[in-house]
Amino acid sequence: MKNKQVLTSKTIENRFEVFRVVVAIAIAIAVALLLIFFTSKQPFEALYWFLLGPLKSLRNFGNVVQLFIPLTFAGLSIAVMFQCNQFNMAAEGAFFLGGLGAAIVAVKMTLPMGVHPVVAILVGAVLGAIVCAIPGIFKVKWGANEVVSSLMLNYIMLFLGTYVLQYVLLDPSAGYPASNQFPSTATLSVIIPKTGIHAGIILVAFLVVLVYLFMYKTKWGYAIRITGQNEKFAKYSGVGVGSTIILSQLVGGALAGAGGATQVLGMYTRFSWTSLPGYGFDGIIISILAKNNPAYVPLAAFFLAYLRIGADIMSRKTDIAPEVVAIVQALIILLVAAKMFLDKYKHRLIVKNSQEQLLQKEGA
Amino acid sequence: MADNILVMENITKVYPNGFVANKNVNFSVKKGEIHALVGENGAGKSTLMKILFGVETSDTGRILLNGNEIKIDSPSGAIKYGIGMVHQHFMLAPSLTVAENMVMGIEPKKFCFIDFEKAIKMTQDVAKKYNFDIDPKAYVKDLPVGVKQKIEILKALLRGAQILILDEPTAVLTPQETSELFIQLKKLKEQGHTIIFISHKLREIKEICDRITILRNGRAVGEAEVSELSEQDISNKMVGRDVILKVEKEHATPQESVLKIRNLTVINQFGKESLKNVSFDVRKGQIFGIAGVEGNGQSEIAETVTGLRSHSKGLIEIKGVNIEKHTIRDIRNLKVSHVPEDRMTYGIAGEISIKDNIISDRYFKNEYNKHGMQDTKKINEEVDQCIKEYLVKCSGREQPIRMLSGGNIQKVVVAREFSSSPDLAVVNQPTRGIDVGATEFVRKRIVELRDEGTAVILISADLNEVMELSDSLIVMYDGEISAYFPDSKNVTEHELGEYMLGIKKMSPEEIGDAIYEK
Repeated sequence: MKNKQVLTSKTIENRFEVFRVVVAIAIAIAVALLLIFFTSKQPFEALYWFLLGPLKSLRNFGNVVQLFIPLTFAGLSIAVMFQCNQFNMAAEGAFFLGGLGAAIVAVKMTLPMGVHPVVAILVGAVLGAIVCAIPGIFKVKWGANEVVSSLMLNYIMLFLGTYVLQYVLLDPSAGYPASNQFPSTATLSVIIPKTGIHAGIILVAFLVVLVYLFMYKTKWGYAIRITGQNEKFAKYSGVGVGSTIILSQLVGGALAGAGGATQVLGMYTRFSWTSLPGYGFDGIIISILAKNNPAYVPLAAFFLAYLRIGADIMSRKTDIAPEVVAIVQALIILLVAAKMFLDKYKHRLIVKNSQEQLLQKEGA
Repeated sequence: MADNILVMENITKVYPNGFVANKNVNFSVKKGEIHALVGENGAGKSTLMKILFGVETSDTGRILLNGNEIKIDSPSGAIKYGIGMVHQHFMLAPSLTVAENMVMGIEPKKFCFIDFEKAIKMTQDVAKKYNFDIDPKAYVKDLPVGVKQKIEILKALLRGAQILILDEPTAVLTPQETSELFIQLKKLKEQGHTIIFISHKLREIKEICDRITILRNGRAVGEAEVSELSEQDISNKMVGRDVILKVEKEHATPQESVLKIRNLTVINQFGKESLKNVSFDVRKGQIFGIAGVEGNGQSEIAETVTGLRSHSKGLIEIKGVNIEKHTIRDIRNLKVSHVPEDRMTYGIAGEISIKDNIISDRYFKNEYNKHGMQDTKKINEEVDQCIKEYLVKCSGREQPIRMLSGGNIQKVVVAREFSSSPDLAVVNQPTRGIDVGATEFVRKRIVELRDEGTAVILISADLNEVMELSDSLIVMYDGEISAYFPDSKNVTEHELGEYMLGIKKMSPEEIGDAIYEK
C-alpha cells in the first residue's frame, strides 16, 4: 500500500486559503500588466519601475516602510473591530482625530523629550477609542447600523478637526492651513539614516504582537471572537455581548487613534490635514486580505505599501497614472472577498482526498 | 427488476467539508409500496433523498425512473418526473391561505391576475380525490401541525407526484395525528402511489412499511421485506451493534427543590400569553420531564429559567435566589447549565474550534487565566478530557466544530454543559436529529447527571424519551400544565397524547401536586 500522507479537510482548507489569496493577487497583477501594455508607450519600463522600483534605492524602500507604518496601524484597528462582526468604518475618523489630538499635545504642551510623544500618542489613542466607540454604543443601545453611523461620523470628525485647526491651532504665518511647528521634543526621530523610517516602526511592531496576543490569548479577545462568530451563542454562554462589542470598538479605535498620532508625529512638522487621510479605509483592505488576523496584518500592509510606492515611482518615471494600483486593489479585494471563488476546485481537492482516505482505511 | 419504479445506482456524494455522505449507494423502490429508508443521523438518508429531489447533485451514479435514466438538477425537475417531497420542516407561507399555498408556483391565471376561485376549486378537488379533510380558505398559520403536513402532501399530489418522499413525517405529530397520517398513506398506496418513508421510529416502520433499505455510514447495508425483520434486527443493522432501546436507571431519590417556579407568565412579542400561571418544583436528583407538542410553552420555560428571555409575571427561584434581575452569566454562576433546543444557533459557533466552543461558559474564570492571559495548558487538558470522556469523534481540539456530524456537535454541547457539574440542568430536545449511538450516549449522561445530584429539566418532543428518562413529568398544552404525573412509569403514550392535544386536562388539585414545597 502506498503510504501517502493523510490530510485532514482542515489542512486542505487552510492551504487552500493561502492559495486563493495568491491566485487573486496574481490575477489582479496580471490585469494591471495588461492595462500597462494597453495604455503605455513604454510598457516594459513602466513594468520595471512598478514591480522593482521600490527596491531600487534605500530611499525608495524607506518610503515603502514609511507607508507600511500607518497601514499596519489601520489594519490592526479594523481587524479587532471586524472580528467582533462590527463593520465600523470610523477608523478613518479615529485616525484623523488621533492625529489632531497628537498635534494639540505637541504644540500646546511643553514636555521633556521622550515623554512628549508618548503623551501625544496616548491622547491620540484615547480620542480614537472614543470615536470608534460611538457607533458601537449606538448599535448596542438602539440597534443603529454601525456602517451608516460610522460613515457619517467620519464627516463630523473631519469638520470638527478642521474647525479646531482653523480656530485653535492655526499658525497664520505658515501660509497654508497648518498648525505651529511641532517642537523637537514631540516628533518621532528617524531611526534609519537616509530614509524617513521613524520610531513608529518599533511601536507598530510591538503592537502587532500585543494585538495578536490580545485577540487569541486573553479572555477579552476570546469574548470578542465568539461574539463576532455567533452573537446568540455568546449571549447564551453568558458573555455580555453589548459590553464586548463596545470593548472591541474601543480597542480598535485606540489603535487607529494611535496610528494617526504616530503618523503626524513621525512624518510631519506641522498638522495640516484638511481632508480624511484615507488610512482607515485602507485598513479595511488590509484586514480583509489578512482575514482579520493581526498576525497577517503586517504582510498585507507591506504588500499594499509596496504596490502603492511602486505605482508612485512608475508614474513619476513613465507615462502611466498611479490609478492602475487602485484597479489592482479593487480586483484583489473582489476575488478574496468572493467566498465562492475557486470553490469548485477546492471541492474537487477535498473529494479526492476523502476518497483516498476511504481507500486507505479499507485497505488497512 | 421490472417492477422497480425507481432505481438509484452507485450514488456517491461528498460534501464540501470532506464528509462522504453517500458511498456507492444502491436504492430501489417498487411501484405502489411504502418503502422505509432508515439509518442513524449522518448515515446519508437525507442526502440520498436530496439527490433524488434535485437539491444536491451526486458525484457519481445514476437515477433510473421506469428503467430510463433521468437527470434531476432541481426540485422542479424532480416534480416534472412525478417525484414530490414533504420536508421535515414545512415549506409553507404561514400568512397565506391553504389554497394559496397549494398553488404556489403553478398559480391558475385569469388575464394576468391569480384566479383565487380556481385555486380554491383545485384544492377542493385534490382534497376530495384523496379524501383529505381540509379548508382551502383557512390561513396556514392558524392550523395545527398535522394539517400543515397534509397540505404539504396534497401540494405534492396536486403537482402530480407519483413518488412521495416523506422526511421523518411523524417527528412533529402527536400519536393521534400519526395514526391518521398512516391511514391516509395507506389509502395513497392503494391508489398506486409510491411512498418513501424516512424515519427513526422503528415501530412505525413495522406498522406501515412494506420494504426497507437501511443505510449505515453512507452505505446501503440491507434491503428487505419489513416483515422479515424484527425491530431489533433493524437497529442492529443500523448501528452494527446492539442498541439498548430501554434506558437503564435506578429509581430516583429526589431531595430538596432546586428550582421553584410560581405563577410564571410569559407574554410573547405578539402580545399572546405563551405561558400562563405555571407553577412547579424541580428537585435535586430528579429528572423532571416536560412533554407536549412543540410550541405549547416548553421553550419559554427553558428560556426564562436560563435567562435568555425575561418573564412577565411570577417567580423563578434557583436555590432560593430570585433570578428576576440576573444576567445570563449570573444565572450560570448559580451552577445552571442549558442544552439549547436549537443547537446550531445557540449551542455553538460553527467556524471556531471545538476547544473554543467548549470553554465558552468558563473562559473568564480565574482558574483558566494566568497573569492576564488564558491558561492554555489547563484549557487544553480540560478540553481533551471532555473530548475523550464524551467520545467526540474529531481530528483534534482545534478542528472547527462545523466539520463534525450533528451527533458529535451535540456531544460537544453536552460536554460543555455537563462537565461543569451543574446543580440545575435545563435540557431541551437533547437528542433531536442525532444518531442512535449519540442519542443513547446523551441519555445515559443525563441519568448519570441525575445520579450525581443534579436537578434536571428534560424537555422533549420525543415521547419515548420523556417517558423513559423522566422520573416525574408534566404535560404542557397551550401555555398551561395540563397534566402532572409524579411517576412517569404510570403513564401510557396514548394517555399523554390526550393531554398533549388538550382533549383531557387534570384538575387544578392534581396539577398543583407539581409544587413540592407549598
